[in-house]
Amino acid sequence: MRVLALAGRRLLSSLPTLLIILVGLFLLLQLAPGDTVDALVAQMGGGDQKLTEELRRFYGLDAPVAVQLSRYLWRLVQFDLGHSAIYGKPVASVILERLPATLLLMGSALSLAFFAGIVLGILAARKVNQWPDTLISTLGLVFYATPSFWFGLMGIVVFAIKLAWLPPGGFETVGAGYVGLARVLDIARYLVLPTLTLALIFLAIYLRIMRASMLEVLTLDFVRTARAKGVAEQAVIVRHVLRNALLPVVTLIGLQAGTMLGGSVVVESVFALPGLGRLAYESVVQRDLNTLLGIVFVSALLVIAVNFIVDLLYARLDPRIA
Amino acid sequence: MTGFFRLYARSPSALVGLVLLLLVIAMALTAGLFFPKNPLALAGPPLLWPFQDAHLWLGTDNSGRDIAAQIFHGARISLLIGLAAMALAITIGIILGALAGFYGGIADDILMRITEAFQTLPNFLLLLMLVAVFGSTLTTVTIAIGLVSWQAPARLTRAEFLSLRTREFIQAGRTIGLGDATLIFREILPNALPPVIVYASVVMAVAILLESALAFLNLSDPNVASWGNLIGLGRAVLRTAWYVSAIPGIAILITVLAVSLVGQGLNDALNPRLRGR
Repeated sequence: MRVLALAGRRLLSSLPTLLIILVGLFLLLQLAPGDTVDALVAQMGGGDQKLTEELRRFYGLDAPVAVQLSRYLWRLVQFDLGHSAIYGKPVASVILERLPATLLLMGSALSLAFFAGIVLGILAARKVNQWPDTLISTLGLVFYATPSFWFGLMGIVVFAIKLAWLPPGGFETVGAGYVGLARVLDIARYLVLPTLTLALIFLAIYLRIMRASMLEVLTLDFVRTARAKGVAEQAVIVRHVLRNALLPVVTLIGLQAGTMLGGSVVVESVFALPGLGRLAYESVVQRDLNTLLGIVFVSALLVIAVNFIVDLLYARLDPRIA
Repeated sequence: MTGFFRLYARSPSALVGLVLLLLVIAMALTAGLFFPKNPLALAGPPLLWPFQDAHLWLGTDNSGRDIAAQIFHGARISLLIGLAAMALAITIGIILGALAGFYGGIADDILMRITEAFQTLPNFLLLLMLVAVFGSTLTTVTIAIGLVSWQAPARLTRAEFLSLRTREFIQAGRTIGLGDATLIFREILPNALPPVIVYASVVMAVAILLESALAFLNLSDPNVASWGNLIGLGRAVLRTAWYVSAIPGIAILITVLAVSLVGQGLNDALNPRLRGR
């Protein structure tokens, strides 16, 4: 219970952060040349002065900035993200449509990076300065330096174009009408390459940190004690070292949740996935500022949620915190 | 200096990084010499494969522009953007981190809340918004990348300042009546700098990757030869001419790898105790 209270307090303290983000971005967007109405009118192929003014009044864009800001914040409190002029429906429903793909992609990439990073990190640390360590560490360095979108494109060339094992893009087979398990498997096939692409750089980071943290913990006294009293090496690693060595990696997940969300913008547009990241890119191009602000709001909430979970995990791993 | 180099050169990966980095710098410096013409000008038939023509040895892209010329000139752009954005991010980070760490209290609270806000916001999303608002010229893109990359240096500087500000030499400085500015910049900063300098390599590597991603999405400056632009261009002909995307990607990989290896080498040479970690 105390863990929950602690994490809850952290959650509460992220409210001012959220406010800073929203106010900052709202003011930033005021500097943008052209507003939603301009974009809308351009899309309709131009309109006269009277029409633009009427539209501005309809969207509340004729009010002073301070009034617009307070209206916007008040609507957010009620979870009303406004109306997307480009998509012609509420921003909240546009975002909800796109959220599952992004959550699925992020979840699978995070799990892959986390587990593979931990396993490779442990392997490297146990064979430190021998060839498995050199190989794994070198791979980590190369993965870290690889631009994700380029890796994705090369993956498409090899696995979709040359070998024809995987689809080159999209979220599921359109018009196939799969249901149940068949649909799940179909989507999974489409997500293999995007997941690998997004996970790559995080895998490299986690494995590096995991290796360093394993080496650090292995030198501590309690490990020597465990070995001295005759605990088998396997048990020393799993029961004693792993739990302590995991802490920095778990911290990193919370710190990098935002980076991963940013990475999915690029990955989603490489693979034409209908996710939040691609929506962000489209709304930048189409100047759909309402949608863009909504996406940023939802992303910030997502990052805060991930950090909340990380706090809980952290307390579970390290009883001293709770 | 030679002593430091010997320390640095003890690690083979650091040496490899240095050689690769010098190679990329050499490419940037000789771009005008080997390819004096505009790299974005037409040079031959479109989609000529590499090693078919001695003059266009890396082939041509969709519209017949020399890929080798774009790679060499792209090295300039990548290094330039990487260095400038890194310098901006480190400067902002040092100033904010120093103020927060030195003064503590309310100043620290406010500055750290702002840092947290920037960390909660996905930085690529913020970058997209900045570019959408201020346009995508070389200058605005560089500044925007700098503006989204200063959080970690700020935290590092703050941590160093927090531990240094109570040391005896600072108290001694206060007693003889040194002003805050002197204490911050002449006394504490030189001692706080080494870890921040090492971290600068990470900032630069990420800055190069961010620019290439922006260029790939067609949101960077379209009027310069950028590796990311070329990869984005090659995407349209991926099925038949994958080399258009493949070649500049390798250039980015090598550059980012070189920068991070050099950074790691510097780190090991500066903190010999952490060797092998």
